[in-house]
Amino acid sequence: MSWADFTAAVFNFSNYAELLPLFRDTLLAGAILGVVGGLIGTFVMMRDLAFAVHGIAELSFAGAAFALLIGADVIFGSLVGSVFAALLLGVMGVRAREKNSVIGVIMPFGLGLGILFLSLYEGRSANKFGLLTGQIVSVDSTQLSVLAGTALVVVVGLASIWRPLTFASADPDIATARGVPVRTLSLAFMFLLGIAVALSIQVVGALLVLALLITPAAAALQVTAAPRMVVLLSVGFAMTATVGGIMLALGGSIPISPYVTTLSFVIYLLCRIAGAWRRRRGWSARPNALAV
Amino acid sequence: MSPSAPAIISLSAATLKYGQRTLWKDLNLQVAPGEFLAVLGANGSGKTSFLKILLGLSPLSSGQLTINGAPAKRGNRGIGYIPQQKNFAPDTPLRARDVVGLGVDGDKWGFRLRGKSYHQRVDELLAQVGATSYGKIPVGMLSGGEQQRLRVAQALAANPQVLLCDEPLLSLDLNHQKAVSALVGQQAKQHGTAVVFVTHEINPILEHVDRVLYLAGGRFTLGTPAEVMTTEVLSKLYGTRVEVLHIDGRLVVVGRPDSVLDGHLPEDEQSHSHDSTHGQEIR
Repeated sequence: MSWADFTAAVFNFSNYAELLPLFRDTLLAGAILGVVGGLIGTFVMMRDLAFAVHGIAELSFAGAAFALLIGADVIFGSLVGSVFAALLLGVMGVRAREKNSVIGVIMPFGLGLGILFLSLYEGRSANKFGLLTGQIVSVDSTQLSVLAGTALVVVVGLASIWRPLTFASADPDIATARGVPVRTLSLAFMFLLGIAVALSIQVVGALLVLALLITPAAAALQVTAAPRMVVLLSVGFAMTATVGGIMLALGGSIPISPYVTTLSFVIYLLCRIAGAWRRRRGWSARPNALAV
Repeated sequence: MSPSAPAIISLSAATLKYGQRTLWKDLNLQVAPGEFLAVLGANGSGKTSFLKILLGLSPLSSGQLTINGAPAKRGNRGIGYIPQQKNFAPDTPLRARDVVGLGVDGDKWGFRLRGKSYHQRVDELLAQVGATSYGKIPVGMLSGGEQQRLRVAQALAANPQVLLCDEPLLSLDLNHQKAVSALVGQQAKQHGTAVVFVTHEINPILEHVDRVLYLAGGRFTLGTPAEVMTTEVLSKLYGTRVEVLHIDGRLVVVGRPDSVLDGHLPEDEQSHSHDSTHGQEIR
């Protein structure tokens, strides 16, 4: 492949003005998923659940593959798979170490199941590949409303447990002493996380979910610790990655996911540099040093 | 502390057993408002369990416990809790003032809509513990001592009548130990908060302590520091010769047979079993 072929495949903006309106629903879907990913990502970071997200994604993939095989709705299948996996992790893994081994056990099993279902499936092979690497090139308006409705559940759910969940994530011991239902909150969060993972898989696929659920929040944490700013930046970054990624991908012949993950990664790199600069300039400096 | 004041914490015939093992038995204790009670004892003697029971997180094996006249219950807003210093992860998305804020309204549902009184209260609390200068710095970038000040502020946020402290000075340097215990002592004297302070090291808090509850080997002793911290009393309690020395106004307990009496230690307490076995002076 020559350089010209490469650029033509990756960056192709011919007829862009005519293409753009056709993808209005896709762009909207991307924006919605950006909001969900950015919001839930801050808690994923706080609760150190990056690995769990990956594990949930693999079971979600198995669920979606099974749905594809039996001709059921793929989004529904992936929702069932990931909510099941998330709740299972929530119930089984109480401590971080235990959790990691549980995830390590579940993840390959889920992936294996998914591969089994996909090999039995005799439909279009693009559908198969899409589950792993992302697909929403064309979202119809029914799918969009399902997506929006589910995303709303996650956002409203998160908003209603925001403060106690923050308390329970930052310092579970003190939160327990103050009567915060730490365990119930943890399960509720895993439930919402399961939904968020299933939604994100529709854009970037099971293998690349972390780019939507971790990277934006991790990037935000590089440059600020003010809770409000973290949330705003994280959502902003995730939306930039999804919407920007879709817009870049429109003309080319390549799936959306590499654009989304690359944008996400570039944002993270920039934030890291900005964070390092801020730290060197004395982020933790006090106006007047403590007397001790 | 006046003996006639109605007790805020009241234990009668309280007993804690784990299986066959009795940690303490028939404990009768009244803690008055403004009183500073230090709970000392060997590792695995039930100090931390004592706090868990006061917090309503675990039950007594038998006996009665009331806090402010009512049975202990989980999530009592009248109780502030300061645990061992545990470092926040460097990338925790909270600033110092947000950590304090968790004490103000972190247990409420939803998110904060109007923040004026919240911010005022947080500013007040930061000033009270001398943390104003680093209120906006990410908590993960603060030293252990600074983080522990924030936990004190957080615990005081709801104006508690009882302050429960579980080894809050552990892993702090001497200056921060003094500063944090002074904050807690001040809260007892000036605001009439009853303090229960679990520690294996009495010296940093000695000047603030009204009474000592010393737990060891299934027994306990209760009294003022002068009454309890003597060679005779502790030797009797431990059932073996234990020496209490006074060095430069500090108390040093020599020869405490931790490992002999308590056999196996809970995992999380083993880390500091070393210095307590060899007296409290090694720091």
